[in-house]
Amino acid sequence: MWLTVLLVVVFGISVFLGRYPTPGFMSLERLTTDEMARSLVFNLRLPRLLTAVLLGMSLAAAGAVFQMIFGNPLVEPGFLGVSQGASFGAAFSIIFLSTSAWAVQVSAALFAFLGLGLSYLLARRVRYGGWVLRLVLAGIAVSALFSSGVGVLKYIADPLSQLPEITFWLLGSLTSLTWPQFWAILPAVVVGLLVAFQMRWRINLLSLNDETAFSLGAAPGRERTLLLVAAVIATSAVISVAGMVSWVGLIIPHIARRLFGADARYVLPASMLIGAIFAVLCDDLARALFPGEIPLGILTSLIGAAIFMVLMMRPQAAVER
Amino acid sequence: MSATPLLQFEQLRFGYPQTARPVLQDFHLEIAPGTVTAILGPNGAGKTTLLHLALGWLQPQAGLIRLERQPVASYSRRALGQWLGLVPQSEHIAFEYSLLEFVLLGRAPYLPSLAMPEKADYEIAQSALEQVGLAALQHRSILSLSGGERQLVLIARALAQQPRLLLLDEPTSHLDLGNKGRLVHLLRELQGRGVTILFTTHEPEVAAALATHLVLMQKGQVLKTGLLAEVFTAHDLTRLYQLPVSVVDLDGRKVALWT
Repeated sequence: MWLTVLLVVVFGISVFLGRYPTPGFMSLERLTTDEMARSLVFNLRLPRLLTAVLLGMSLAAAGAVFQMIFGNPLVEPGFLGVSQGASFGAAFSIIFLSTSAWAVQVSAALFAFLGLGLSYLLARRVRYGGWVLRLVLAGIAVSALFSSGVGVLKYIADPLSQLPEITFWLLGSLTSLTWPQFWAILPAVVVGLLVAFQMRWRINLLSLNDETAFSLGAAPGRERTLLLVAAVIATSAVISVAGMVSWVGLIIPHIARRLFGADARYVLPASMLIGAIFAVLCDDLARALFPGEIPLGILTSLIGAAIFMVLMMRPQAAVER
Repeated sequence: MSATPLLQFEQLRFGYPQTARPVLQDFHLEIAPGTVTAILGPNGAGKTTLLHLALGWLQPQAGLIRLERQPVASYSRRALGQWLGLVPQSEHIAFEYSLLEFVLLGRAPYLPSLAMPEKADYEIAQSALEQVGLAALQHRSILSLSGGERQLVLIARALAQQPRLLLLDEPTSHLDLGNKGRLVHLLRELQGRGVTILFTTHEPEVAAALATHLVLMQKGQVLKTGLLAEVFTAHDLTRLYQLPVSVVDLDGRKVALWT
């Protein structure tokens, strides 16, 4: 598909783009002669760009999966308390445990799953409505709980050392990302994305009403849960190293559907590729535009929100509910 | 009924957890293979619930449902999907599937979990769209269709499923007169190919035009069941709807009128 080619091209250009030695592109000649340039490209830029690819793929794929299995195009991975749980976990670690990258990441991933688990348990106990409605309600409640928790943590945080760190994490960034971090999240991302990718046609069935999906031989509850866990494994892994990068999961599947129709057989792989391209481009801007870095989450929100407005104003964007 | 029943409901009791009164109670019914059975009954009689029970989607609190003598619960989901097709009354569709992509989903029970539909599946889906007269629109978005056309697409999806027992929940509720007639012909043709059909309806004429057997359902119980000619009477329909109904014979077809 032409998107794959585009991703490779964007990636290739991004390797040479940056602020060393001067803002703009680095020449191939410099890469072969300058020791400093080589070290920069291979030890800093490459892991960072590859992580941006994983980040964009995971968030966009998880967004596509969430939208399909909840039969609602306005849902995103931050939905079932996952993102808020991860933020809480990170802030919690920064204040009470350790500010080391590892502690923050593990804590964020754990709380992301805790958010999902709480939403799930709460949804099972809600007394009315269909399963999807109950999950949505539970997700809203759990997200609110965790975000007020984040508020409390910010309030008690040391304003000089801890608060900036929390804020920085909440804004999302790929700054100072290294190979070990990339390798650490790679397995989780690959597993999560592979499960979703293999089920890409079946996801269509799960976008239908429960009884219809059942009548077509699916196990709606079990298969949705499997996909949900796969999506959250991939997302919590990338969130744990990159912080909160919002809007990718909501916007990218919309663009993919605009290009390829509704069938998840095409929407899911297209979302992964477009998500990767989007994340790499945003990260290019984040690191090359100004001498000081712009947090990635700010850029994705800014650009994502702008694209969303344009999408909404286009006539075919009508969403039926 | 002489032959081995295809589908049996035995002393069924079912209630939804939120409501005190059971939806179905002491429900007993047998469907013979190759028949077309219409279920008539006032709103809230439990017709849709009955279809969901037959499907295996809902489980009865008491009693048993058998499919060719075996309990429905003993079939795998995939086997049930090949056995039974459901045409819901309407369906929430959130995404802009093309008609072909949507009808193709009917092939799911025949495909392993991770497989993609193949050429043969596409051909079956296309022929299903032809049968409901929508082949020309196969690349159009399903959300651009009218309510009646969407109902035909739901029927096409069930046709692509190639079930032996077809369950339809008020299949004519959104159809205009022409499409209603076409659907009746289509379902008769399916019966000719050996498909057993069970459908609910609020339109006695549709039942009279299509069904071989009739079930009158009231408050979760069978009021009367039997051959169409025995049950489609002014007396029984009046009892069912609790409103004076007369039955008129028009060139061999029966029509129910309220008076």
